[in-house]
Amino acid sequence: MTHLLVVPIVLPALAAALLLLLYRAPLAAARVLSLGAAAGLLAVAVAIFVHVQPDRPLVYALGHWPAPFGIVLVADRLSAFMLLLTAVLTLAAVLYAGQGWDTRGQFFHPLFLFQVMGLNGAFLTGDLFNLFVFFEILLIASYCLALQGLGLDRLRATLHYAAVNIAASSVFLIAVSLLYGITGTLNMAHLAERIAQIRSEDVALARAAGLLLLGVFAIKAALFPLYFWLPPAYANAPAPVAALFSIMTKVGIYAIIRLTTLIYGGGADATMELTSSWLLPVALVTLVLATVGALGAERLATMTAYLTIASAGTILTAVAIGGSAALSAALYYLAHSTLAIAVLFLVTDLLGRSRGAMHDQLHPGPPLRQATPLGLAFLFGGATMAGVPPSSGFFGKLMVLHSTHDGTTAAMVWTVVLVTSVLTLIGCSRAGSILLWNTTDPPSSGQAAPPRAGEWTALAMLAGGSLLLVVFAAPITRYTDETAAQLIAPSTYIDTVLGPLREGLIRPYPEIGR
Amino acid sequence: MEMMLAIGLGTITACAVYLLLRGRMFPVALGLSLLASAANLFIFLMGRLRPGAAPIIAPETSIYADPVPQALVLTAIVIGFGMTGFIMALAVRTRSETGSDHADGREPVPDRNEVDEP
Repeated sequence: MTHLLVVPIVLPALAAALLLLLYRAPLAAARVLSLGAAAGLLAVAVAIFVHVQPDRPLVYALGHWPAPFGIVLVADRLSAFMLLLTAVLTLAAVLYAGQGWDTRGQFFHPLFLFQVMGLNGAFLTGDLFNLFVFFEILLIASYCLALQGLGLDRLRATLHYAAVNIAASSVFLIAVSLLYGITGTLNMAHLAERIAQIRSEDVALARAAGLLLLGVFAIKAALFPLYFWLPPAYANAPAPVAALFSIMTKVGIYAIIRLTTLIYGGGADATMELTSSWLLPVALVTLVLATVGALGAERLATMTAYLTIASAGTILTAVAIGGSAALSAALYYLAHSTLAIAVLFLVTDLLGRSRGAMHDQLHPGPPLRQATPLGLAFLFGGATMAGVPPSSGFFGKLMVLHSTHDGTTAAMVWTVVLVTSVLTLIGCSRAGSILLWNTTDPPSSGQAAPPRAGEWTALAMLAGGSLLLVVFAAPITRYTDETAAQLIAPSTYIDTVLGPLREGLIRPYPEIGR
Repeated sequence: MEMMLAIGLGTITACAVYLLLRGRMFPVALGLSLLASAANLFIFLMGRLRPGAAPIIAPETSIYADPVPQALVLTAIVIGFGMTGFIMALAVRTRSETGSDHADGREPVPDRNEVDEP
């Protein structure tokens, strides 16, 4: 039980390594192993989710090195929440990929598990440099996954995606080392403590480092003006990979939440006004532009990719509003949008496949086979994303709107969120009516394989998760409320991580430096 | 010494940004690896300059080098090298599939007023 926290990282790493060794084994064996690992991850995520108390995060010191000296894994409510979401998504995506997508490229399953390892590590680690390492793990796996099946569009999109993110990684390193240079620590809890007591001559440097980090995480979260890499990369990625990618922008959001509430949460003199001045306008602009992009999309996959950006904009709007109600809304919306976007990416793949050569282009094409179930699935995804009651999107947006307090902010947020919701609804209706109703006469000649049972199961799992968010809205919002309260008051987190060592043993860094 | 290093780092970073903004993959890849080098040097310098000092803390020593940035820079070099290798392979593959090393995967349509550089 004490080693529970390291399992979400070790399990996919071991399974992936084993899959690499067994690469000559039949694909069926790889699928079983991969599915088994995903199911195991879900069980572990549920165990961690149940174990974490609101007032006591779980801490695991790797190699038993105590907190500020070694690297610690920390699972507070937020980490547990993200782990569970990742595990659900992984299981559905692996199940979906096992129905045929994994035959298009070698090493699909090991790469997939390496990416999950990176995601879990990023959510669990309590060390800023370690966060960088896990970012790199998930990114290198995602580059390779985005390339599965190759083709010109994929190469081109991945080239841009990789170049932007590699440049961002270098900036991340600069920001992390700048923080280390000022504070002499990389442990997030310790950083929070040191930044709260920073000397006045270092405040400017600390702000610079914080804004650099915000910029890097904004690239991952695809905020305006740093989102241009996302639509082609996500739209051209294989469907199960795109479904998993829907949590990748959320890693950026997770990191922004950690940055603003924990590391710069100390609130001491002028250290940080990171969120109020920058984040809110940028998030709102992102939301508007992404919705416009979704309206103008030529392909259903591109539309879904733009909706991913729009969801990041909505979540960060809530994060920027600040306060525990808004953070709680952000977390609820995060869970909702991750599941809904994954549903949409999978439906897009199924729709595109049954249209033969037209794929998912938004032009009149041949009539669909199995139009009714596919249409209903698309209706579900689109209505949930637009926030039609009683979907989870409706509750999420309601919570975001409800959390605004002061006048001008409320006016801006209400206007933008409501208008973009209507526009999203129009965009989804347009896409749905073109794909399902505006059909040309000659029926499709190609014998496209109908969706298989496994693919429907994966879809049903994600859609069921989205429905559960509605049915159990009360306990889930209670959970997110408690999580938000924990995030707003990081002293419990800091005390638990640093433990009894904090007095005496830790020498302040500046003595060494000067 | 500090000033010289700071100016040098600034120059490297400026060159890297210039190269990153080019339209061809080769300069972009060079820019990425230059930027990674600049970041690595920056990490190293954040441990402060302590020429001749060992990274060992003993009761009688008052001057020592900080070993943590050295460990960090080692990790960063390895990751940066791997990423540069990956983007190079990707660029070569794109070049061979599209016949163009432009970052967009196709040659830009030449404008009447400006001649594209070779």
